[in-house]
Amino acid sequence: MAKLISKSASERSRNAAPRREREELKMDVRTLIPSNGGDWLARFKDDWKSQVSALQKRFGADIVEVQMPPDHAVECPVIYVRPQAIVEVLRFVRSESGFEYGFLADLTAVDLMPEDPRFEVVYNLFSISKHWRIRLKVRARDGEMVPTATSVWPGANWAEREVWDMFGIKFSGHPDLRRILMDERWDGHPLRKDYPLKGYQIFPTPEPVKPELLE
Amino acid sequence: MNNKDGKVDFLTTRLDRIVDLARRNALWPLPFGTSCCGIEMMATLCSDYDLARFGAEAVRFSPKQADMLLVAGIVVSKMAPVLRNVYDQMGEPKYVMSMGACASSGGIFNVYSVTQGIDTIVPVDVYVPGCPPNPEAVLHGLLRLQEMIKNGETNFQKRQRALKERGATA
Amino acid sequence: MKDAVKAPEVAAEKMPDRASWPQHYNVHFEKDPDDLWDESRMIVNIGPTHPAMHGALRMVAKLNGETIEKSYCQFGYTHRAKEKLGENRTYHQFVVYTDRLNYCSALLNNVAYSMSVERLMGIELPPRALWIRMMCCELARTIDHLICIGINAVDLGAFSFFLYGFHQREEAYTLIEKLAGSRLTTSYTRVGGLMADAPDGWEKEVKTWALRTRGVIDEMDRLLTGNRIWRRRTDGVGPFDKEMCLAYSYTGPNARAAGVDIDLRRDQPYLYYKEVEFDVPIAKTGDVFGRYTVRLEEIRQSLNILIQCADKIKKGPIWSEDKRVRIPDKDVVFNTMEGMIHHFKFFMTGFQVPAGEAYTCVEGGNGEIGFYIVSKGGPTAHRMRIRGPSVYHFQGLTPMVEGELLGDMVAALGSINVIAGELDR
Repeated sequence: MAKLISKSASERSRNAAPRREREELKMDVRTLIPSNGGDWLARFKDDWKSQVSALQKRFGADIVEVQMPPDHAVECPVIYVRPQAIVEVLRFVRSESGFEYGFLADLTAVDLMPEDPRFEVVYNLFSISKHWRIRLKVRARDGEMVPTATSVWPGANWAEREVWDMFGIKFSGHPDLRRILMDERWDGHPLRKDYPLKGYQIFPTPEPVKPELLE
Repeated sequence: MNNKDGKVDFLTTRLDRIVDLARRNALWPLPFGTSCCGIEMMATLCSDYDLARFGAEAVRFSPKQADMLLVAGIVVSKMAPVLRNVYDQMGEPKYVMSMGACASSGGIFNVYSVTQGIDTIVPVDVYVPGCPPNPEAVLHGLLRLQEMIKNGETNFQKRQRALKERGATA
Repeated sequence: MKDAVKAPEVAAEKMPDRASWPQHYNVHFEKDPDDLWDESRMIVNIGPTHPAMHGALRMVAKLNGETIEKSYCQFGYTHRAKEKLGENRTYHQFVVYTDRLNYCSALLNNVAYSMSVERLMGIELPPRALWIRMMCCELARTIDHLICIGINAVDLGAFSFFLYGFHQREEAYTLIEKLAGSRLTTSYTRVGGLMADAPDGWEKEVKTWALRTRGVIDEMDRLLTGNRIWRRRTDGVGPFDKEMCLAYSYTGPNARAAGVDIDLRRDQPYLYYKEVEFDVPIAKTGDVFGRYTVRLEEIRQSLNILIQCADKIKKGPIWSEDKRVRIPDKDVVFNTMEGMIHHFKFFMTGFQVPAGEAYTCVEGGNGEIGFYIVSKGGPTAHRMRIRGPSVYHFQGLTPMVEGELLGDMVAALGSINVIAGELDR
């Protein structure tokens, strides 16, 4: 008797949609397509699993969360690390055999505004010898400092300056944290979600030369 | 030489026209190329779409030696005071050609860092639209500038006339 | 005056000829507070408007005579806020902004961006679209390298080299205009396909162009590679060895000139790079001459790939039939109600990309162009991060030119191929 509930119009039309469309809607980054280099999972699945387990064994509680490809909508393992331990983890994955992630492909940040912690600093790493890719992330609140990666890769210097400029995340231990893309007199951090797209600031003089930087 | 009433004499008019002929057929551009339009500006200066045919071959990167400021590319709030400095350092006569959509009006970038048109900073004579404009469009712009110099429509010539009138009446 | 001090040893290693120069050319005075020369360090602003600064870059250098003792670089003079625009424009609207990244090779950026969004959506393209995309990539890479070595040569005085390269670029522009409608800023690829099919006979014209350019490249090679002036200006200048390249995240021809054996086309193959044969040139020197030879050889390899693609391509569809991204054809739009509504929804609201994140990278003319897109499921990206290789390359300029002469800095900067669009985004 309880089954005889009349269906609403939307239910009826939903069930009437052809099956192929619903399959398409499920396709996302987990669908591996060779033509955009996406057949990694088949190649690196076991390597990634062993790397993640080695990291968890070595760092224990510092690895807060791990997102692996078929379970989450990512294309390579994403490992959330505590801010205090990030430099050690970077050094470990850079030099340890079995990891060899010697190349910092990118260092950037994401602003997830209503969430707390608000920012995620993202490190994309690449292994030149084995062609693996991995992503490390650090969650940071507004005003918190993240340790700098310049001791591991000097090339992270400008990337961190850009993160400071665009997001306002400070890096502790950075040799020279100042604005890089915007004018040094600029007010605000543009890539934050509460910063508007339009509306600019005008300066009467060009940026002055700083002789103290050449000491 | 001027008459007693302040009207310009026949000889001066012919001299002005000869001077304008010389000026418009030997414009020395200062290529202020910042972004993509800079590449099309280089293409205009190269052998396929030759800018040298119209006399503008001698590109001079020093503002003291150039007379046409060819702004090709985006001008950002960080760069705007630099552009103004360069324009101020140029000696008269000076003409400004704004090449590309980004220089003319900010283009497709209506964002926090971009100056929405260099005419907010410097007076512009010719706007060449396009993103980036075809080298033929740049040549058209140059020919239009030459026409303007011939007809006395450029900002520099208008300024000169206005100053002369004030000098004559004051 | 104190006795002339011998030149530091590093100078002799870098430039073998300089050790034979008269010693007083290489004099460095010792620091003496009473000495007049102590105040002779000059701070020079090689400002944003400078002929040798490609685009609007700034370098402030402390000079001791002509030697750069210390310097710092600034950029941001063409910052167009593309990453912020990526969060405010739909994925389809953003294709236009990607051309303006590496504007010397706009087609490559289009392909890279479309590939990254397609990866987020799991879309597969038909073969013809992939072959045309590959030809676009290689064509763009060729013209990028031609402009890089051309401008490098012009900065050092070799003007004919630049003009030969530019003439080939003009012919390539004609081909690109036939394909995409525009010479420089093409916006050719779409998410899920291409803007329009290549016209009939386009592949044959590309092949003819590639064969002719091969001859021109040989001629250009003969102009400069054995030229004594060029060798003395570029040998040992701007050295950046393998460890420095890895430390500063160098990719592309700059890294390959130092011996780093990485090429994303071969190691992480995408499109149809598995089906064409090409070599990856690697040099061991890591100086300006090494980068020049690597780029010259890469042009030859790109032309080989173009010729192979032109032979292997076949007729077929260029759009994926995925309903999420397939822009309906115009006869469907104008004649059916569903087509019109689909067209309207597509262009006004944009298609929805499923939640997820991915970092997709492609071998660009300069190095690794990467798009790190974080999507929260809407029509616009939540974070559109563009990894432009020029940022990391420009960062390495400061250590590269420490101790070099000012003229060598010009050569080194030209060889790194810093493109302001990628640098400032």
